[in-house]
Amino acid sequence: MAFTSPEDYAKKMVLTLQNYFLLAGQAFANVARKPFYFGDLIVQGDLIGVGSLPIVILTGFFTGGVLALQSASALAQFGAKAVTGQLVSLSMIKELGPVLTSLMLTGRNASGMASELGSMQVTEQIDAMRALGTDPVKKLVTPRVLATIIMCFFLTIVSDALGIAGGGAVSVSMLGLDASQYFHTAYQTLQFPDVLQGLVKPVFFGFLISTVGCYFGMSTKGGTQGVGRSTTQAVVVSSVLIIATDFLISRVMIGIFGR
Amino acid sequence: MPDTLTPNTDENAVAETSTVDKLADENTGPVLIFDHVSIGFEGRPVLDDISFQVKKGETRILLGPAGVGKSVIIKLANGLMRPDSGKILLFGLDITEMPEAQLLQLRRRVGMVFQESALFDSLDVEDNVGYRLNEEHMPPEEAHQKVAEALRFVELEQTMKKYPSQLSGGMRRRVAIARAIITDPDLILYDSPTGGLDPITSTTIIELVIKQRDVYGTTAVLVTHRLQDAYVMATHRFDKAANQMTPLPPHTTDPNTTFMVMNDTKMIFEGTTEELAHSEDPFLKEYLA
Repeated sequence: MAFTSPEDYAKKMVLTLQNYFLLAGQAFANVARKPFYFGDLIVQGDLIGVGSLPIVILTGFFTGGVLALQSASALAQFGAKAVTGQLVSLSMIKELGPVLTSLMLTGRNASGMASELGSMQVTEQIDAMRALGTDPVKKLVTPRVLATIIMCFFLTIVSDALGIAGGGAVSVSMLGLDASQYFHTAYQTLQFPDVLQGLVKPVFFGFLISTVGCYFGMSTKGGTQGVGRSTTQAVVVSSVLIIATDFLISRVMIGIFGR
Repeated sequence: MPDTLTPNTDENAVAETSTVDKLADENTGPVLIFDHVSIGFEGRPVLDDISFQVKKGETRILLGPAGVGKSVIIKLANGLMRPDSGKILLFGLDITEMPEAQLLQLRRRVGMVFQESALFDSLDVEDNVGYRLNEEHMPPEEAHQKVAEALRFVELEQTMKKYPSQLSGGMRRRVAIARAIITDPDLILYDSPTGGLDPITSTTIIELVIKQRDVYGTTAVLVTHRLQDAYVMATHRFDKAANQMTPLPPHTTDPNTTFMVMNDTKMIFEGTTEELAHSEDPFLKEYLA
């Protein structure tokens, strides 16, 4: 196997970044350009949003539950078991809701986009679309990007709610906490910057999931093996980017709002 | 060679996509011009200084061994790839640096049949063939009529509700031809339409290409590495009354069907059937033997 020289590797990386930003920029700019593929947006919204609802509900609920379980035992050491609801709600809204929902969407949808568009690429369907006078970025990428952003936003809200509910269920049924106290502290502790942070993140994450998935799909080479490679890369890259972007957004928001 | 068309390549003149159509309409010169075109991939030259013209009503058959760059020519001709150097003029317009939005507009005048059909596997035959019509928001009833007409041309009207995966290789090629001709294009690009097919199915496909050439007189470029397809194209015509292709009288060939042969990144022959048959070039003699 021949080794790639550092120079070639660096050039390849720069080219990949350039092509990614071009595709992402084009997909974003297409939102304001005719024709609008509203039908495709609805179809993708259904596939991404409604299709991902069961896994988001389950992950959100059990994450909230386990968070209550783990934090209650730690808080009990300081006699602060009563603030379990506060901890669960802040963690879910600011961090776990957006991040876990986005990771679930990555596993389900970034892989789906990469494999679907990758298969179209290797069978020349993307070229056929261009030959038929249709812009594939406008027809295939833009609706997926828009649908993922919108759905990631709403699914995160669902996940947040279910997470707090899951934490409540565990707190009441297993930890013996008072339901009213749990939900009261969970609600009272939230401030505008917390909610804002929790709602800004899914917008960025949705954009990342869809653009990374579509980028790897559209740049697939090398037949079915290439499709498999693109799918794996899409999931790995968007997962890492979500975690890294989460850190950046958190830092910026804490810098601005102080919490 | 393309100097006579220089006014049409003015960037300002093609600034608006609607102007592209107008300028293409006004073109009275060759439909397609390659002017010293070169392209390479990963440092390896694929096409080196390729020049040729395709006149209106002409059918150009591009022959050559597999992997010589024939499909690249077809993709360059439709603006799906950009050359490293040289100029390509489609309907008199320089597409070498034309923005993609204008190219999309121009491609609506071009029908293209891909090597492996490239049908959309998530759409049924009707939606595949009528794709362009649906994109143009043609009323469904009118689009259905046109799809039926195009499928009748390729004798596959009964497959309208089937998906590409339910069709044989030959049927998929015929559907791809129907998709390419549905908007009555001014130029059709066939990329190895008989590649990988058995001889009988190949003849059916070539008969459809001849039918399109003789019934509608559409300008075409056909890429193939099968000599027998090329000779059938040159020595047969489509009999509309009998609805089948028939051989031309002995020692006559179709005057509008001409040949190009490529080898080792170069265009090594351009001319008529007779000139090809009597060429003294050692490679051609061996290739044709």
